[in-house]
Amino acid sequence: MDGEDESLGAVMVDDPAFPNGSVDSDAARATVVGGGDQMDVEAYAALYTGRTRVARLLFIAERCGSEAVQLEALRMAYDEIRKGEDSHLHREVSAKIAGRLGPQYVLDQAWADSVDRRAEQRKEKLENELNGYRTNLIKESIRMGYNDFGDFYYAHGQLGDAFKSYVRTRDYCTTSKHIIQMCLNVILVSIELGQFMHVSNYVSKAEQTPDSLDAVTIAKLRCAAGLANLEAKKYKLAARKFIETGPELGNNYTEVIAPQDVAVYGGLCALASFDRTELKKKVIDNINFRNFLELVPEVRELINDFYASRYASCLEYLENLKPNLLLDIHLHDHVNTLYTEIRHKAIIQYTLPFISVNLHTMAGAFKTSVTGLEKELEVLITNNQIQARIDSHNKILYARHADQRNATFQRALQTGTEFEREIRAMLLRANLIKHESNLKSARKL
Amino acid sequence: MESMEALVAHIEALSAIPEELPHLHSLLKQSEDALRSQGPGLAPLLLHQLDPSKHSLGYLYILEAYLSGPISSDQAGGFLLSVVDFINSCSGDQIRLAPDKFIQVCKRLKDQVMQLQVPLQGVALRTAIRKLQTSSEQLTTIHSDFLLLCILAKSYKTGLSILEDDILEVDQPRDLFLYYYYGGIIYIGLKRFRTALECLHNVVTAPMTTLNAIAVEAYKKYILVSLILNGQVPSFPKYTSSTAQRNLKNHTQPYIDLSACYASGKYSDLEAFIQSNVEKFQSDNNLGLVKQVLSSLYKRNIQRLTQTYLTLSLQDIANAVQLKTPKEAEMHVLRMIQDGEIFATINQKDGMVSFHEDPEQYKTCEMAEHIDSTIQRLMALSKKLRSIDEQISCDPAYVSKIGRERPKFDFDDFDSVPHRFI
Repeated sequence: MDGEDESLGAVMVDDPAFPNGSVDSDAARATVVGGGDQMDVEAYAALYTGRTRVARLLFIAERCGSEAVQLEALRMAYDEIRKGEDSHLHREVSAKIAGRLGPQYVLDQAWADSVDRRAEQRKEKLENELNGYRTNLIKESIRMGYNDFGDFYYAHGQLGDAFKSYVRTRDYCTTSKHIIQMCLNVILVSIELGQFMHVSNYVSKAEQTPDSLDAVTIAKLRCAAGLANLEAKKYKLAARKFIETGPELGNNYTEVIAPQDVAVYGGLCALASFDRTELKKKVIDNINFRNFLELVPEVRELINDFYASRYASCLEYLENLKPNLLLDIHLHDHVNTLYTEIRHKAIIQYTLPFISVNLHTMAGAFKTSVTGLEKELEVLITNNQIQARIDSHNKILYARHADQRNATFQRALQTGTEFEREIRAMLLRANLIKHESNLKSARKL
Repeated sequence: MESMEALVAHIEALSAIPEELPHLHSLLKQSEDALRSQGPGLAPLLLHQLDPSKHSLGYLYILEAYLSGPISSDQAGGFLLSVVDFINSCSGDQIRLAPDKFIQVCKRLKDQVMQLQVPLQGVALRTAIRKLQTSSEQLTTIHSDFLLLCILAKSYKTGLSILEDDILEVDQPRDLFLYYYYGGIIYIGLKRFRTALECLHNVVTAPMTTLNAIAVEAYKKYILVSLILNGQVPSFPKYTSSTAQRNLKNHTQPYIDLSACYASGKYSDLEAFIQSNVEKFQSDNNLGLVKQVLSSLYKRNIQRLTQTYLTLSLQDIANAVQLKTPKEAEMHVLRMIQDGEIFATINQKDGMVSFHEDPEQYKTCEMAEHIDSTIQRLMALSKKLRSIDEQISCDPAYVSKIGRERPKFDFDDFDSVPHRFI
């Protein structure tokens, strides 16, 4: 495994396709992933900025299950919070640490109080300003006022209020630039609130602005739309959005998503939902998306393995990625669904070209037992995704070729009976209705 | 007394001449009140003077008047006999002049038979139906009574002769609901689930403006029979009345839950669910049917295995369908092979079952004949359909209504350029 990591690292360093992505963190991430459950929290956190970094750290601390990692995550979250102004979060994290990190990491009451006091003053000042603007009815200033309020609430972790303030700026937007800004703000808050309906709404609003958008904004919107679709379990749409994301994204949207995430989300969703030709055309041959894939070589490799039908190694990569993906704030809920989908796809693709398949060989290719494989195949056959039948005695899977002639006869007869039944029932109903109207007209007379 | 004798004389004189029957009918109608007041006492005497086969109309009126009074239990036996006699011998042409009276008589017969708990004696109603009908497509009120008696007598086969007719003409919607509901029960009793389902389907989808208890009960059975037959409950077809679509499910919640539980395919879950709701099913008198649903789950699961496997050991089958021993699995498989529900062979030496495809090759003469007869039947049906279609499109009421709904042609309609291009 180590040897593989080295070679992958080498590939990445040689590749100049992504000059602004920090090579260090990429390499670090590679080792993180390769190392299985030993996750390098620091490198991971370095990919993000702003509140999402804290949120992700806290998420990891909650889910990881190993105390060392948990404390590491909490320590970094603590440091990060001290740089900001969210006293509420500070209290929460201090309580979670519960003194386990020594005297430096305890609740700093004085700091929290001073932050609160300053916040109170600032809020008052903002309110006064806003009231002034409102009496003067200067649109632009009102917008700025609300915007400042939004920023203020956001920094202090009052997301609901931040959301409202940002939405209020909408009435005072005069140029499409303002609208874009408003949309991006709303999207940012909504993502953190977990309200992805709003995200997709505001993405489409932003995309409808008449002026053409710059590449970075487009990339941001694509990512947001992708996330919204991912949360709505529309994996195919999510995959499309992530794949369309331009390389301009770079590190410009780290308060929401890192380019590595685009590769992972997009790659996995594509594997789970695209068919073979689509996969080749839109993912493997896509120069734009290749840039992203280079950042996470495992995903690139596993997509190539999947396409080249090297399922064992593909599934192995997936298994190695799994513990870390489960710690991802957006993907964790979907990992299992996506994995089953990918696995089913792989099994279907494996059986497709054969008339008969030896289950022992197949189980080897999928690194599972014959009984386990039989169960999986059973489900797929029942759902009519594989046309085959299992010879459980000799452990062979036979492709099933429906007899066209017999099937036609059967269907014709069945259609005939159904038609007959339907017609009789229909005539009866028609007569009943006719009778009803007869009754009515009789009553009228 | 005098008038009664005169009436009897009239009946005797006029019954023989078909042209005079309407005249007799009006005479009888006029003396209806007199008959009612004096009838109960005199009737046995009067009836004795008349011949039920020749003087059917008069006999009917007097009999009806007689029956409108109370009948003591010691008279009951003789009463049954005389009514049955009348039904068997009366002339259809005459009684059809006074169908209401005839139906009243039949109803009294049904009530008496049920009171005496000898439902089998009510079989005469079948003759009554045939005499009252003008065509076999007509549904009378007696239909449902007759079927009810068949069910009570547990002589389901007797009811079949009536059920096999295609019903198209209906007087009272209630008759129809009851007819198909009872019909469904009879077919369930005979285990002809497919036809039972059709009957119940007719009840559920019949046009209705208010929900009725018959439809609710029918829907309960409809769910159960659908599960036994198809393993799932189809959603309402779109021609179902909106009343039924909206309300039926609210009244049949345990059954809806049952079908959801069935869909999961787990025997133990379904068993537990039925156990916990046993009183509800019991009070609906559906427990027997529910138990059949439960045992059909084995069959369904085994059938599913035939779709997936070519060979499978009995042990695996037992595990897959939650049977306790391979022996039980063998019994089930064997029974299903016998019933032609699956095609398989059991190899007892190594406990393996091999499943086969349907061996029907559609090459035999019988199959060709069967297909041919089906085609003939369908052609006849579609001919009928076409004639009905023609009839409807020539119906003045229909044409005037359609004409009103469609706006009159104006010049714009003939404009060759669609509006959006203008």
